[in-house]
Amino acid sequence: MLSYAATDGPDWNTLGDYSENLIEIHDLKYSRGHRAIFDGLNLTIKRGEITALMGPSGTGKTTLLRLITRQLIPEQGAIFVDGIDISTLNQTELYQLRQRFGMLFQNGALLTDLSVFENVAFPLREHTKLSNRLIRHIVLTKLHAVGLRGAADMMPAQLSGGMARRVALARAMVMDPEILIYDEPFVGLDPISLGVIVRLVRRLNDALGITSIVVSHDVEEIATVADCSFLLSDGKVAASGSPDELRTANSELVRQFMHGMADGPVAFHYQAPGYEEQLLGRDIE
Amino acid sequence: MTRVLRDIRNNLLEFVRTFGAFQLFFLRLLRHSPAILSTRFGLVIKQVYNTGAQSLVIIMVCGLFVGAVLALQAYSNMAIFNAEDWTGVAAHLALVKELGPVMTAILFAARAGTALTSEIGLMKATDQLSAMEMMAVNPVRRELVPRFLGGVIAMPFLAAIFSATGMFGAHIVGVELFQVDVGSFWQQIQLIGESADVNEGIIKSVVFGFAASVIAVWEGYNAMPTAEGVGRATTRTVVITAISILVFDFMITAALI
Ligand SMILES: Nc1ncnc2c1ncn2[C@@H]1O[C@H](COP(=O)(O)OP(=O)(O)OP(=O)(O)O)[C@@H](O)[C@H]1O
Ligand SMILES: [Mg+2]
Repeated sequence: MLSYAATDGPDWNTLGDYSENLIEIHDLKYSRGHRAIFDGLNLTIKRGEITALMGPSGTGKTTLLRLITRQLIPEQGAIFVDGIDISTLNQTELYQLRQRFGMLFQNGALLTDLSVFENVAFPLREHTKLSNRLIRHIVLTKLHAVGLRGAADMMPAQLSGGMARRVALARAMVMDPEILIYDEPFVGLDPISLGVIVRLVRRLNDALGITSIVVSHDVEEIATVADCSFLLSDGKVAASGSPDELRTANSELVRQFMHGMADGPVAFHYQAPGYEEQLLGRDIE
Repeated sequence: MTRVLRDIRNNLLEFVRTFGAFQLFFLRLLRHSPAILSTRFGLVIKQVYNTGAQSLVIIMVCGLFVGAVLALQAYSNMAIFNAEDWTGVAAHLALVKELGPVMTAILFAARAGTALTSEIGLMKATDQLSAMEMMAVNPVRRELVPRFLGGVIAMPFLAAIFSATGMFGAHIVGVELFQVDVGSFWQQIQLIGESADVNEGIIKSVVFGFAASVIAVWEGYNAMPTAEGVGRATTRTVVITAISILVFDFMITAALI
């Protein structure tokens, strides 16, 4: 694997216990205001696999990704990445670790004052001293992979949502990271791009030995791409296993989620006072 | 009653906390500044251009009219004592020592400061700052410090331009309109004006440059990451900058007298 990062990667042969689990989360607690988002979450992500995180909207999938990358700090519990407790890192070490990640944000998060080309080139320009020619070569290759080489000179504001996400994907993989995190990569893509992106995720993973974490609601796509999936609910892992295992699991919650039923253990509604009561205005303070 | 007291106490605590955080933020910007100035000067130049070019037209137009009004006022008052020749000096002193730096800073806040705040607030709201964090790029260093330095550098120049166009406006009114002798109009300035006056103006515009820039950047960085939050932050930028500028103006003037 090519690595343009200034930092040295770890020596894969001396990693001992952690060689199989790339990310381990132990007894994680995190809350927003008074609402506990995670309450005793345990989860491991295996090296070289595609791991899917699923769960109803608002369960905290994005929050979990931010915790794993220490954009947020948990109230309790430990998160290990490659055997390192990330809460112990100082800023420099954290940035070194982050260079090994690539992250696709839910809304793309392209830098609005830079063109598509410069957006993808951004990490290269910040972290390497490559020549312009080489940067151009790398960037165009990555843009080509997501089918947007022709959009290189456009500004992010001129892109559609799906295009922006694909550019963001190109940017996430431009440094050839070891771990790629995708927050809802399949939303807003037409069937053709969807197929291409799904295959791209798979190919990056298999050909380059990347570990991938994919957040998605899309049960069908996840089934085709993931090696292992976790279903999050109520601040915990409600179920885990291969997509097939989940599909055939006889837990009610899993069935509800995998088959998209409105009734079941997962409430479709965010916690609220009784519908009738609220409409009739009885509980207004 | 206890509730009122508790509210007051909480607000006071909140204020102290925010103010402390603000100072730390300011120090953080300063700490990164030398490195950015020496290694990423291009980013700073771009921001000087952004903020400076944005404010230039408004600064020149306002400067012209402020100078013209000063000359009008000065002439009509000086005429009582037959001291019309002093019109130029009056306008010069008012512009260089007070109105130049103060008006420039307030116009800067309204034009460039709001733009800085909303740019940064929007970058935050659309996860651009988080994305930088994830690319192991420090957003404070990469985005905030250059904007801050751009404002700091642009302000003294803008103030100088304001005063210069102001003197031009004063010249038009005094010399062209009221027929004050052009020689005495300008020579009085040479005779009466001291370099200390100019220095006072420079000191003020430098201090205001720091204040206006750090406030704009801070408000953007701490805006609530929503459209409404960013809107509110830009308003706060103008209000807080205007107040701080006037307070600083008083303190500096008092200290230099
Ligand atoms: N900045 C914030 N302040 C307060 N609460 C927040 C904030 N961000 C998220 N939350 C809350 O945290 C919970 C989890 O949010 P998160 O974005 O992680 O959900 P998600 O699982 O990614 O949902 P989705 O699938 O819709 O993206 C939500 O209920 C949300 O209300
Ligand atoms: Mg999300």
